[in-house]
Amino acid sequence: MRIARVLAVGFGLHLKMMSRSSFDGLLGVLWPLFFATIAFLMFRAGAGGESLVFASFGAAVMGIWSSTSTSAGSAMQRERWAGTLELLVCAPTHFAAVLLPVTVAMSAIGLYSMTATLLLSRFAFGVDLPFEQPFGFAVALVTTVCSIGALGFLLAVSFVRYRTAWALGNMLEYPVWLIGGFLVPLSLLPDWVRPLSWMLAPTWGVDAVREAASGGSPWPEIAGAAGLGAAYLVVGVAVLESVLRSARRAGTLALA
Amino acid sequence: MTSLRIFFVGGLISFRALFSFLRPEVYVPGMLVAPIFQILLFVYIGRSASLETDEFYVIGNAVQYAAIPCLFAMTFTIGGERHQHTLGYILVSPAPRLPLFLGRALPVVVNGFFVAAFALVVGGLIVGIDVPVSSFAPLALATAISAFACTGFGLIGAGIGLLLREQAVLANVMFGVLLVFTGANVPVDQLPGWMQAVSTVLPFTHGIEAARRIADGAPLSDVDGLLLAEIVVGLASAVIGYLFITHAERLSRRHATLDRA
Repeated sequence: MRIARVLAVGFGLHLKMMSRSSFDGLLGVLWPLFFATIAFLMFRAGAGGESLVFASFGAAVMGIWSSTSTSAGSAMQRERWAGTLELLVCAPTHFAAVLLPVTVAMSAIGLYSMTATLLLSRFAFGVDLPFEQPFGFAVALVTTVCSIGALGFLLAVSFVRYRTAWALGNMLEYPVWLIGGFLVPLSLLPDWVRPLSWMLAPTWGVDAVREAASGGSPWPEIAGAAGLGAAYLVVGVAVLESVLRSARRAGTLALA
Repeated sequence: MTSLRIFFVGGLISFRALFSFLRPEVYVPGMLVAPIFQILLFVYIGRSASLETDEFYVIGNAVQYAAIPCLFAMTFTIGGERHQHTLGYILVSPAPRLPLFLGRALPVVVNGFFVAAFALVVGGLIVGIDVPVSSFAPLALATAISAFACTGFGLIGAGIGLLLREQAVLANVMFGVLLVFTGANVPVDQLPGWMQAVSTVLPFTHGIEAARRIADGAPLSDVDGLLLAEIVVGLASAVIGYLFITHAERLSRRHATLDRA
């Protein structure tokens, strides 16, 4: 019960803080819109038709990954800069329960961008977006946000010893957009890339959103995203334990 | 002599001190790896959309990526002074403003050219585009001119950055505008009319077009008008940016808001 409260309060608190940040909030909405606009212009001038629907949902989910990749990498670093890392680590609540809602809130901020992208697609480019399964769509969205947040958690604990973790997180933005099949069908990518794609929760998440919207069955994709999210969480907690043990032993928690 | 020293030595020192990307752990992922993935992303979107050739996206995105070092560096090398609490010392000094601010632009142009050239060469090799050897030098010239024009545009950002708190947001938005409007990924003639009109006054539009024609084998004489237009856009941007910075300086003196935004 206490853990659930920590998760809920942490999520709400960080969501509010990020909503008021121009970097996380305003830029989080605008940045994916630039890429969505280009994609819509390219597909409209080129293949057109159904490809615009494919691009619309892919571009919409891009914002969820964007808002997570750069910020999550430096989530622990921010606590370090604020001088709160030691306090949070030595608190009786497990540090994973403090960090996870931060990265999930980062992903949830991407929903602003998702809404803006879908509105852009519908009203500026006239794309007739299907929403065949509203319930499946909502479940797919929640699962996608949580699984991408879990991936952000794994990045946050993995990059903790890297002083400029934001740069690594930033670097991962385009590759995941590309191999996650957001705007490019996976069949166009080289064969060796596909196993990498299937190891990424965003790949399953964007597929689930598309399936739910078009009236297919999103549940296998939702299960895939949820399973990967859980796996990221387990690995992330193990990495976090190891990092904290090492930092305590060497007295380097505040250093990086 | 003092002006020359401020221009060259001062500009270089400021660039090294204030452009925080000049560390391998930031430079490699941000300036060398990211543009390659931007190129690959748009090459594959282009293949999916069946719109243009791979070469179109390699050249467009490689040249346009000079915007990251040019815009961020110009914003940080001037706005960064405020962050370091040294802006006041700079502005009360008797140093002439023209070499003081423009000197900071020279290393930025060189770095922007390097980043774009690296992306062009590596991205081109990965994707496998075919550019005649005779086009290499003119292509380098077009890239350098584009980096110059974007640095001029960055001066406008630096001026606005003196009035805003979130300079990283500003630089990112400017980058996004350049990515959408300059024909890096969508041919300019396929853009809506108002976007085409805007694109003509932005850096990269003419430079990217010239680079693409050069890569297709056109001699330098065929694209001299485009390159001249790119230089004019860069010079005009630099003048506007310089006027903006001096105006922001006057405002900050009048309202005592030098270290605030």
